[in-house]
Amino acid sequence: MMTTYEPREPERSDLFVTLPAIEQETMRRLHDRLVHEAQTAGLLDVAYRTIDSPVGPLLLAATAKGLVRVAYACEDHEKVLERLARELSPRILHAPVRLDAAAKEVDEYFAGRRQRFDLPVDWSLARGFRRLVLTRLRAIGYGQTASYAAIAVAAGSPKAVRAVGTACATNPIPVVVPCHRVVRSDGSIGQYVGGVETKKTLLALEGAAKLTV
Amino acid sequence: MSTTLPPFEEIVTAHGPTVLRVCRAVLGPMDADDAWSETFLAALRAYPTLRPGSNVKAWLVTIAHRKAIDQTRARARHPLAIDPLPERPAPNEQDRWDGDLCAAVQALPFKQRVAVAYHYVAGMPYADVAALIGGSQDAARRAAADGIATLRKTYGEGVPR
Repeated sequence: MMTTYEPREPERSDLFVTLPAIEQETMRRLHDRLVHEAQTAGLLDVAYRTIDSPVGPLLLAATAKGLVRVAYACEDHEKVLERLARELSPRILHAPVRLDAAAKEVDEYFAGRRQRFDLPVDWSLARGFRRLVLTRLRAIGYGQTASYAAIAVAAGSPKAVRAVGTACATNPIPVVVPCHRVVRSDGSIGQYVGGVETKKTLLALEGAAKLTV
Repeated sequence: MSTTLPPFEEIVTAHGPTVLRVCRAVLGPMDADDAWSETFLAALRAYPTLRPGSNVKAWLVTIAHRKAIDQTRARARHPLAIDPLPERPAPNEQDRWDGDLCAAVQALPFKQRVAVAYHYVAGMPYADVAALIGGSQDAARRAAADGIATLRKTYGEGVPR
């Protein structure tokens, strides 16, 4: 009888099932190199990192133009990144170094050592009237507040109070673009993208810092 | 099925380690880092045009395969241009084991090596492996089986089972 060669053919070779995990250090090194080469090649459209703050972890995202997004944890950072992929570009990498300057300024703000941000800002995520409103907010100084109605006037549309509220509620760059300084005409605090408690914390921080600076 | 592409960072996290293993198996540990970097940079470049819901792992392995062919051809053109082994810190037990298996896979003929890497390391079905390396599904299956049979002889001992 003829014998035929029948190679063994397991669907999962036991040669590989216990292959050790790739060392984290190796992946970190390769990731760093990818960020560097992507940036050199102009392929890093959106860089992001997270930082800790007194109001919880903040996501910071930047394009080549500047800071494009600051997000609170309650906005769900994963969902925020998915939206950035959809609305700006899916070429998104975790690249903390690219956000060192932004992280430093935000840290200084929360430490009460910075009253205004000098960061370049990318307004891509705010359009039309909303963008106009947000650009006006930078005129509200540290530790001060303005009413939604006053901002509507400043934006040239006195009747658009509700639209000002919407612009603040959808501010893509909270903290840095100070929508927390916009309150209701009757003096009550109003809503906030990061929650009312966070708004109170920021206003208290600015009030307290103003006393001590 | 998703209708939009996830952030590329998710792709790196999900598939980076597997692609590195494939690169190590096909090219050896010395060239694997370069091949991985070239693969992911090329993938990042093309990423916005990838159809949402595509098989991302197969897409990445396809790019890595092209890089591997390029590197293999370059080696053939410059057979003497072999970098000397750099000084390395003493590898730990796991690294050495990984490296030894890499070396055994490296000794296989190219076709067997890629068939083993894509089926057993990347976990791709033989139909996809065949589409990638050419030839029939049966031929891909045979190449992988022959490769595994050789590995059992050259590396069989000391493999945790």
